[in-house]
Amino acid sequence: MARIILTSGLSNQFTSGQTELEIDAVDVRGLILLLDESFPGIGDELKREMAVAIDGQIYQEPFLEKISTNSEVYFLPRIGGGKNILT
Amino acid sequence: MSSDNKDLKWVGKSPVRPDGNDKVTGRAKFGADLMLPGMLVGKVLRSPHAHAIIKSIDTSKAEALPGVKAVITSADVTDLSSEWVPAGEVQINFRDLARNVMANEKVLYNGHAVAAVAATNNAIANAALELISIDYEVLPHVIDVEDAMAEDAPILHEDMFTQGVTPKPDKPSNVFKHVDIAVGDVEAGFAQADLIVEKSFKTAPVHQGYIEPHAAVASFGEDGKAELWCSTQGQFVVRLYCAKLLGMDVSNLRVTPSEIGGGFGGKTTVYLEPVALLLSRKAGRPVRAVMTREEVFRASGPTSGAVTWVKIGVKNDGTIVAGEAILKYQAGAFAGSPIQPGCMCAFAPYDIENVKVKGYDVVVNRPKVAAYRAPGAPISEHAVESVLDDIAKQISIDPLELREKNAATEGTNAAYGPKFGPIGFVETLAAAKAHPHYSAPLGPNQGRGVACGFWFNIGGDSCAAVNVAEDGSIVVSTGSPDIGGSRASMAIMAAETLGIDVADVHPNVADTSSLGYTFLTGGSRVTFATGMAVIEAAKQVVETLRERAAKIWDISVDAVIWEDGYAKPAGTNAGDFEPLSLGEIASTAGKTGGPISGNAALNAQGAGPAFGTHICDVEVDPETGRVTVLRYTAVQDCGKAIHKGYVEGQIQGGAVQGIGWALNEEYIYDDKGRLDNAGFLDYRIPVASDLPMIDTVVVEVANPNHPYGVRGVGEVPIVPPMATVANAIESATGIRMTELPMSPPKVLAAIDGAK
Repeated sequence: MARIILTSGLSNQFTSGQTELEIDAVDVRGLILLLDESFPGIGDELKREMAVAIDGQIYQEPFLEKISTNSEVYFLPRIGGGKNILT
Repeated sequence: MSSDNKDLKWVGKSPVRPDGNDKVTGRAKFGADLMLPGMLVGKVLRSPHAHAIIKSIDTSKAEALPGVKAVITSADVTDLSSEWVPAGEVQINFRDLARNVMANEKVLYNGHAVAAVAATNNAIANAALELISIDYEVLPHVIDVEDAMAEDAPILHEDMFTQGVTPKPDKPSNVFKHVDIAVGDVEAGFAQADLIVEKSFKTAPVHQGYIEPHAAVASFGEDGKAELWCSTQGQFVVRLYCAKLLGMDVSNLRVTPSEIGGGFGGKTTVYLEPVALLLSRKAGRPVRAVMTREEVFRASGPTSGAVTWVKIGVKNDGTIVAGEAILKYQAGAFAGSPIQPGCMCAFAPYDIENVKVKGYDVVVNRPKVAAYRAPGAPISEHAVESVLDDIAKQISIDPLELREKNAATEGTNAAYGPKFGPIGFVETLAAAKAHPHYSAPLGPNQGRGVACGFWFNIGGDSCAAVNVAEDGSIVVSTGSPDIGGSRASMAIMAAETLGIDVADVHPNVADTSSLGYTFLTGGSRVTFATGMAVIEAAKQVVETLRERAAKIWDISVDAVIWEDGYAKPAGTNAGDFEPLSLGEIASTAGKTGGPISGNAALNAQGAGPAFGTHICDVEVDPETGRVTVLRYTAVQDCGKAIHKGYVEGQIQGGAVQGIGWALNEEYIYDDKGRLDNAGFLDYRIPVASDLPMIDTVVVEVANPNHPYGVRGVGEVPIVPPMATVANAIESATGIRMTELPMSPPKVLAAIDGAK
């Protein structure tokens, strides 16, 4: 299972302080869906605010990036970039 | 991993800059240089107050003045709902953006736009501004970050409730957000320490100081389509923001970026652009609006001022066992300071098991901050690098050695979480240590300081087109405004990939209707991300050239190679053909399939983080407190320098801006919250005669995610200077300066106080 690490801010808000989780997911989209099932509301926050580092490689707009069984996945605040979404 | 590649013909060289002639002859067209038939003059009326309710605005007299063609207020700007989007490396909220462009209900800082006019000339426009009558109810204001956090502080936004705290507060606050970063157990870390040093610091908000003021020319058609020419770091971002504010379809607005006279992050948002468009739509004529220097200072974004506190624990051998920081950043009148990257960068250069950083994003009655080179990082890293210097002295270790002992390397978990890939921090430390500057003798009242800096760098969306002209020359079009030499870099990378002379490549910055979406020039992303698009497009051209040569020779494409700008048979079995040049293939392109071009659109991933190490010698005049920078050396890992001269220039420019931040630059407000020094005479940025030549050392540890190894360059060099200069002053005087700028009165007071 991949090791998932959340920021302390996210963990305080959604996971009762739990910053590390182990989850089986094939890509970031799937991971966020699984997280949101366990911690309702976290999905929107992750999609809106967060970048992802998978095994050290940072993706500012994560979506379909693959996650392997032994991956280390950090959710971290987005630094910049990204297409602005019109609402 | 070294990026040395002896086979490269153009990458790493410094050919003549493609924009040089236009700039030195005055032919380059900047934001204010476009003239259109029937063009009107646009002017903005700004708030004289720091904080006030707008009770009423009467524009009738201005509208009646002959020569006035349009007057607008917030009633003409769509009041948008709250929506956060990226703007450079900071975030921006559309609702706030609209209210920053034109104040609605309240003015929140001295200089806040409240109305605008379009008239047939300057004099009439100025007269019209004077005829606009505004009834204000002046409110108490707050300028400094800790005052704004106080319980009894005047509240800027009644609907602002601090985010990131549980339970949700029941009353509004000027603190928009709390940010927390925590790794390990910081208390346990401090318990292991032999020495703990903690200090508080104060940094001033500083302006990006671009020489060219904001300028925009807008022309709105009766069909609802519009054109905008402006000085910007991102024409596509301007298009989106303006379309949103004016309620337009994005594709109905064509934005052309002018030549740009500096941006440094400050031109990643909009101020005048939507105003010029609104005026043009209302007047039915083109409108040009240009800020005065005073308006630039009063109304466009500086970076945050801040109050910081840092505590670091070390073992006697110099091993850092814990680091803690509290960072309070001014956001200006609307939420969204660079507190997040500030928190993430604070301890990023070092391998520390236990880190805790708490950040506060705080609104005050100042202009909304905008991105400025490595937003947030110089502030937090200034505090950390200053405390490290004190630690080095207290445990009698060389300051570079202390940093080497704790430096992040490949595989280190960054203080903000993920593992670093290949990085070149220790290489910059080694190069600084070996530099003759570091061992040069010092005279009386002189001191030497060192400090380091980190920035993430980003990639992102970029498009590029590489078109082959009929004579074989090449036009490279990208959507990235050139603020730091990117046209030269794009030309070099295209020439290298195509194997041709760089003089035959003509780089071009395209407007929003000529190329696909490209994120703005910022985050040190362009040479990396847009460069990848150019390389990909050039590779497509090479493939097409091979196909065309194969057709001409009537052989298989697999039997054709591309080498040094020529199509050649792959070997003797392929046939005996004279090599075909790019020009020869281009001249017959019509017969072999039509025009030759390559187009790439990508979202570049894998930006390489970068580090720098700076050395500074100063002399402090004990009678006046004046600090003279005697010698300055900046070492930086650039991955691979594409245009060496431009890379060195970026490093020098960043260092100089950081020195200005360290020694001179600050905003001075009167007791009514009015800015007192809105001009370059009183807001002192360093000029060439103030400083020695900044020596640069380019370290190249390749970023494996870029074809030529590029990392970003432009942001890291502004991170170390404030601490480098402060550490040099400490070395010269024995006094730790904790407040920026370290201007003569403050240094003199500190010297006198220490007697």
